[in-house]
Parts: sequence; structure tokens; C-alpha cells
Amino acid sequence: MYKILKNEELAPKIKLFEVYAPEMAEKAKPGQFIIVIADEKGERVPLTIADYDAKKGTISFVFNEVGKSTKQLGLLKKDDGIWNITGPLGNPSEIKRFGRVLCVAGGVMIAPMRLQVKALSDAGNSVVTVVGARIKDLLFYEDEMKALSDEFYVATDDGSKGFKGLDFLKDVLAKEKFDRCVVMGPVVMMKNVSEITKPFGIPTVVTLTPIMVDGMGMCGVCRVTVGGKMMFGCVDGPEFDGHKVDFDGLIKRQRMFLPEERLSSLLWELHGGCRCGGK
Amino acid sequence: MAESKPKPKIKKEAVPIPKQKPEERRRNFNEVALGYTEEQALEEANRCLQCPKPQCVTGCPVEIEIPAFIKLLREGKYEEAIAKIKEKNSLPAICGRVCPQEEQCQLKCVVGKVGEPVSIGRLERFLADWERERGFKVPEIAKSTGKKVAVIGAGPAGLTVAADLAKLGHKVVIFEALHLPGGVLVYGIPEFRLPKKIVQAEVDYIQRLGVEFKCGFLVGRTYTIPELLKERGFDAVFIGTGAGLPAFMNVPGEDLGGIYSANEFLIRVNLMKSYAFPCYDTPIRIGKHVVVIGGGNVAMDSARSALRLGAEEVCIVYRRSREELPARKEEIENAEEEGIVCKFLAAPTRFIGDEKGWVKQMECICMELGPPDDSGRRRPVPVKGSEFVMDTDTVIVAIGRTPNPIIQRTTEGLAVTRWGTIVADENGKTSLEGVYAGGDIVTGEATVISAMGAGKKAARAIHEYLMKK
Ligand SMILES: Cc1cc2nc3c(=O)[nH]c(=O)nc-3n(C[C@H](O)[C@H](O)[C@H](O)COP(=O)(O)OP(=O)(O)OC[C@H]3O[C@@H](n4cnc5c(N)ncnc54)[C@H](O)[C@@H]3O)c2cc1C
Ligand SMILES: Cc1cc2nc3c(=O)[nH]c(=O)nc-3n(C[C@H](O)[C@H](O)[C@H](O)COP(=O)(O)OP(=O)(O)OC[C@H]3O[C@@H](n4cnc5c(N)ncnc54)[C@H](O)[C@@H]3O)c2cc1C
Ligand code: SF4
Ligand code: FES
Repeated sequence: MYKILKNEELAPKIKLFEVYAPEMAEKAKPGQFIIVIADEKGERVPLTIADYDAKKGTISFVFNEVGKSTKQLGLLKKDDGIWNITGPLGNPSEIKRFGRVLCVAGGVMIAPMRLQVKALSDAGNSVVTVVGARIKDLLFYEDEMKALSDEFYVATDDGSKGFKGLDFLKDVLAKEKFDRCVVMGPVVMMKNVSEITKPFGIPTVVTLTPIMVDGMGMCGVCRVTVGGKMMFGCVDGPEFDGHKVDFDGLIKRQRMFLPEERLSSLLWELHGGCRCGGK
Repeated sequence: MAESKPKPKIKKEAVPIPKQKPEERRRNFNEVALGYTEEQALEEANRCLQCPKPQCVTGCPVEIEIPAFIKLLREGKYEEAIAKIKEKNSLPAICGRVCPQEEQCQLKCVVGKVGEPVSIGRLERFLADWERERGFKVPEIAKSTGKKVAVIGAGPAGLTVAADLAKLGHKVVIFEALHLPGGVLVYGIPEFRLPKKIVQAEVDYIQRLGVEFKCGFLVGRTYTIPELLKERGFDAVFIGTGAGLPAFMNVPGEDLGGIYSANEFLIRVNLMKSYAFPCYDTPIRIGKHVVVIGGGNVAMDSARSALRLGAEEVCIVYRRSREELPARKEEIENAEEEGIVCKFLAAPTRFIGDEKGWVKQMECICMELGPPDDSGRRRPVPVKGSEFVMDTDTVIVAIGRTPNPIIQRTTEGLAVTRWGTIVADENGKTSLEGVYAGGDIVTGEATVISAMGAGKKAARAIHEYLMKK
């Protein structure tokens, strides 16, 4: 059991948990993820590490309540236990001095991006940050991100705050030179940003979120095509070259279990989950 | 009563094991073989000739004193009989169910020369179940030596090393990457062949020997082996990380929806209990026409699981012929009784998907058998222009698994073969001091009992090493 020390709602349906996990806290690095299992019947849910503190022995993660597993997780309170957490998994991000870096984060992934922005600016980069969400109510960490960045932009899909959509990035890129771009967010957003940076020749790193089961290279469900080659998201990634990823293939694979996930979510909403008793 | 001379007349047929009827079991995950009753066990035990130079023992990788335990069994001394087995084997309920006895002890049994060999495995299972139902006795544990051993991986190799070292008085911690211990026994072999509660019972027993389990701990990512030895106070390490990396065929269309590696499929079904979805949260989608590619135990297990999940028809596609099928004979028969069909001498060349990215057809090419290859089996050769297409909406790729690479990549100085297996001598000693390895990670895909045998030898070597240190 992993004890929840802090439970905070950052925006509607977006929750931050801080848990006590000293061994993980000691080893975690930006870009890595963990796998959370709420209870014995639970799914293995991969979530990106949003913060860690080796001294306190804690790690944090932020999740969006989208389906049954994350909704159920969201019901846990401070001092409750999480059945199992495995991590840190995946390769850490490459953090060094690149020069000028553009960091684009969407939705729930703003949380782990904060860790990246911090690490990149600590490594001596000048960082331009963009945070985006569907609507302005779903934005969080704006002040923190602004404080950590040299330049800061906000965008929403509906234009309720900041720029409408991400097309403004083309102007930003046309004006000044960037050495690297890091994108974390929904797949469609990562695809868009990669398409925008490509003509400018800016190396672009995306954090892929294919469906995963074990998260350590045993099942192969997380396979993605990168540069025409089959890669495993969990052990070869999660970060890949955005200009080489077959995003459309990834989007199709992410939808594989949609009907089942909907059923599970619906049963959960209607009467607190399946009641067959395990048979 | 037991006799030491062969009876003049031996019953040629073994006592059959009661099984669930094929038409019932093909739709449930309950155990197929129900196990001998006491009467049946005694009847079968009486077929043993109590050979003075028992050949069966030479076929057993851990050298269980087979005639001795059978003798105790037929004298009704069940407690002593199971104790006899456990001198050599800590996981008898598991081995009694999944060991390929037909290629090991039973292959050598002399009764097999005139009829069916003595069903040694079924007798082992009977005794193990008899004991489990009555609760395990914890054996005596030696006085603490003050030494600490890290075991990486809680499969049969790791569990065996841990049990043996704990009994010798060492402090043992097992680090397991998954959230449950057991290795392939919990994530691979299905419930209907090996119920998880049996694995759990034997794991509990090992825990009661004082072994500590740390699940959800991927060595290499959290702590590395050098860190365990230098910073975490361990005096020795055993690597039993198995062969858990799925192989794909690298043919076009393999990333379509509905195409699973056998590992993914079996992990979902066994470890995550998808067959009980939505009560358990992990989903599985199974279509009407399932194709399984491969011919080993993994392919059989996948095919039979798919059938139980509701597939209308399940077809195994294998590139050699029936004679070369590597799966256990008993399981092939079980599969056929349940209605699984095999298509021999064919191999997939590409997968064709629908507009949603879901597989709908598979193109295959016919094979013929050429001269033997490295493996000693006749090599399949494609027949030009023989392509054909079959409809399918679920494909399970069960063509083999290779070693887990994470330890090898994060342990400097550890000698590795070009197949990615760890180099170890017959006692499990690797190229690094204090580091031992055994099981599938050393041999490549093998068997439960060979992994356990490796664990036993390594435990002996580690004990010697620690006592000299
Ligand atoms: C490496 C990695 C890191 C991730 N980091 C975070 C994070 O920090 N915060 C966060 O909120 N989410 C993160 N995700 C996504 C998260 O794992 C899924 O949203 C979660 O599994 C959904 O579980 P659920 O049962 O609640 O929803 P489900 O009912 O399983 O699914 C709801 C919706 O999410 C989609 N989905 C399912 N699994 C995934 C997946 N693995 N990735 C993306 N979409 C998925 C489904 O298609 C469906 O549309 C990450 C995923 C990966 C692979
Ligand atoms: C579907 C299937 C059916 C089979 N049927 C049979 C059968 O009927 N009879 C038979 O004899 N054999 C059978 N086998 C083969 C047999 O199961 C294996 O040979 C045996 O389990 C190998 O044991 P092991 O201890 O070496 O490894 P495994 O059982 O593979 O266990 C290795 C463990 O190590 C863990 N691990 C890996 N890397 C790390 C790490 N870095 N840190 C921490 N933990 C790690 C894994 O999660 C796993 O739990 C079957 C195999 C499969 C897949
Ligand atoms: S070889 Fe067969 S008959 Fe002889 S002792 Fe072993 S089991 Fe009994
Ligand atoms: S999630 Fe299983 S291999 Fe990546």
C-alpha cells in the first residue's frame, strides 16, 4: 500500500496525488512514468511522474478522470492507500544545455511539463513555455509555469483564454530560432505541434502514451511505429522524435478498447461498478 | 502392501485422470483435470514396479526419489510421501500439473515399455493437493547467518532459490517487477491448467519461511545490481528474470488492432483476469474467428483461452507439421477435444485491416519441410505462389519469447550471449562475483522444472559462497 499524503484538485476532474514511496522518489527523473493499480481488481494505469522529493520520500502524479480506473482513483482521499505502484519506468528525458527550448504542454500533461521546464532552465536553457487546454477552466499552474519560463503563452481550443488553437506557434517560430521543442499532451496536439515545427527543422520530442499493460517490455501492446520501425513505448520511450512517429497509427491503437472502456465506465457510473462478485 | 519385486502382470493402462467434459470446459476457466481420488491414486501407485535401479529418477531434473514416495503413498503414509517429494521440490502442486512428465520421468519409466508409464505427475499432484488442503507445515529453519541475498524475479527459479536459502538461515528479499509473484505461473499459464490459488498457496509457504517479497520493483530501473551489492547491503544476487520479451514476425500489418502478442493476451487474461471483465478492470476483445500462430505450449494456452472467452472458432496456424508440434501431448489432445483446429505447414505473410484499423484477414503462404536445421527439426520452406487468405478478427502471435534485456543493459561486466541470455556455469555463477543466474534467463525458454533445478543448484553455490565470504 502506498499512502496518499496530498490530494489536490488542480482543475475540474484533474487531480494531483502525492504519495509516500521513498525508493521511487530516490530514483525518479523527469520524463519517467509509474504504473498505478487502485485495488486488487484494478487496471495497470500508466501516469507520468509530475514531481518527486527524495528527502521527503514522495512522488506526485496528476491525472485526468476519464474512464473507470481514473475516476475510481479520484475517489481516494488523503491518508488512503493505493494498492500498488511500480516505477520509475521508461527512459528519463534528455536534459542538458540545448540553447533555446520551446515547451508545449496540453491538458493534464501541464503537470509533468513543469518538471521538464524546471530541469531545462536549471540546465541553462532559455525556455519558452506554452500551456494549452480545451477551455480556460481546465488550465492550471499558469503562475508557476510563467515564473519558470523566459517567455510564456496560453492557448485554448475555444479561445476562451489566450490564443485560439496553436497556429500562433508558426509566428513564434518564424520570429526566433529554437534548438529544441518538447511536447507533452493529447496525441492530436503532439501531432499538430510536430507538423508545425517540422518545416523549421526544430528537433521535436514527444511523450507518447500508447495503451500499456505491464510497462516494462513484456507484452508489446505499446508498440508504435517510429521511422518505419516497431518500437515499444514503455522501454524504448516514452519520448520519441515527433517528426518520425506514425501518429495516425497510434491514434487508432489507442482506440482499440474504447467499447469495453465505455461499458466499464458506464457500469461504474450507474451502480458503482460490476456487481457479479468476481465470476 | 509394497513389494520390491515386479509383479508378473502389469496393468497396461494408466488410471485416467478425471476431467471436466470438453463441452463444458470449453466455456469456463475452471481447472480441466480434476485430480485423482484417493482410490485412483492408490490404484495407479500400485502399477509402480519399485525398480531397484529406478530409471524414472534419472529423468527428473531435481532427482525426486520417485519409487520411495510412491511406496509411501501406497502404504497410506501421505504425510511422509509428500515430505519425500519436498526434500527435492518445493513446488509440487505446480510441477504435478505443468511438468512435461511424458518427456522426463515418465519417458524413462520401465512400465512405459509395455504400456503406459506410471503417472508420476498425477501422483505428485495428488499428494501436494492432499497436503495443501490440510495446511502446510513449516520446516525447520537454520539459525540466522546474518547474510542477505537479493533474488530478482519471482518465477519458479527465483522462488526455489529463495526457499532453499531461507531454510539455510539467510535473509532473502525477492524483487518482482509485476504486482504479483509467480512469473509465468501467474501471468502466462492459464487458470484452467494451473489455478492461481495454488501458486498463491505455495508463495505463501515461501513467505512463511521468512522470505520478503517486494513486488512492483523493476531491478535495473529502481536499484541496479551493483547498487544492491554495494549500497543496499546484499551479499549476493540471484537473477531469475525469465524470458519475457515477445517476438513479432515483422510482417506488414502487425500493428493492426486485434493482433496480440501471446504475452499481452495471456497477461490480460491471467494476471489481470480479463475473463472476469468488467468485474476486473482490464478489458480484452476477442472476435469470432481467432487465429493463433505458433505450436508450443504458449500457442495452446492462448488458443484454449480464446475459446473460453467466447470465440466461435479457433485455429492454430503452425509452419511445420503435426509431428514437430512442440507443445505437450496431453495439452494438444485437450485442445483438440475442446474443438480447436490446426492448420499445418503455413505461415503468415501479411495482415489486412478494415477502415478502423482492426485486422480482418490474414494472408499465409504454404510451407514444405526441407532438411533438418540447427534445432534438429526439418526446416519449413515456403512454397512459391501458394499464398492464400483467411478471414480473422483476432490474431495471437505465439512464436517465442526472448530474455528480458533490462538487467543486462544496466549491469556492467555481466557476460551475455548473442541471444541475450546471461552466461552462467552449471551452478549459476556469472562473470560477476556474488552474482548468480538461472532459469529461462540463462537457458532461453525452457520449463518450470528446469528453472527450479537451476534455482536449487544456485542456492547451493550461493550458500557455499556466503559461508566462505
Ligand atoms: C506513459 C504514459 C504516461 C501517461 N501519463 C498520464 C498522466 O500523467 N496523466 C493522465 O491523466 N494520463 C496519463 N496517461 C494516460 C492514462 O494512462 C490513461 O488516460 C488512463 O489509462 C485511462 O484509464 P481509465 O480506465 O480511467 O480510462 P479508460 O476507460 O481506460 O480510457 C478512457 C479514454 O482514455 C483512452 N486511453 C486508455 N488508455 C490510454 C493510455 N494509456 N493513454 C492514453 N489514452 C488512453 C481510451 O481510449 C479512452 O478514450 C499516460 C499514459 C501513458 C502510456
Ligand atoms: C504460456 C506459457 C505456458 C507454459 N507452459 C509450460 C508448461 O506447461 N510446463 C512447463 O514446464 N513450462 C511451461 N512454460 C515455460 C515455463 O513457464 C518457464 O520456463 C519458467 O516459468 C521459467 O521460469 P523463470 O523463473 O526462469 O522465469 P519466469 O517464470 O519468466 O519469471 C521471471 C520473473 O522475473 C520478473 N522480472 C523480469 N525482469 C525483472 C527485473 N528487472 N526486476 C524484477 N523482476 C523482473 C518477471 O516479471 C517474472 O515474474 C510455459 C511458458 C509460457 C509463457
Ligand atoms: S521407473 Fe516406473 S516403475 Fe520403475 S520405479 Fe520409476 S515409476 Fe516405478
Ligand atoms: S506496455 Fe507491455 S511492452 Fe510496453
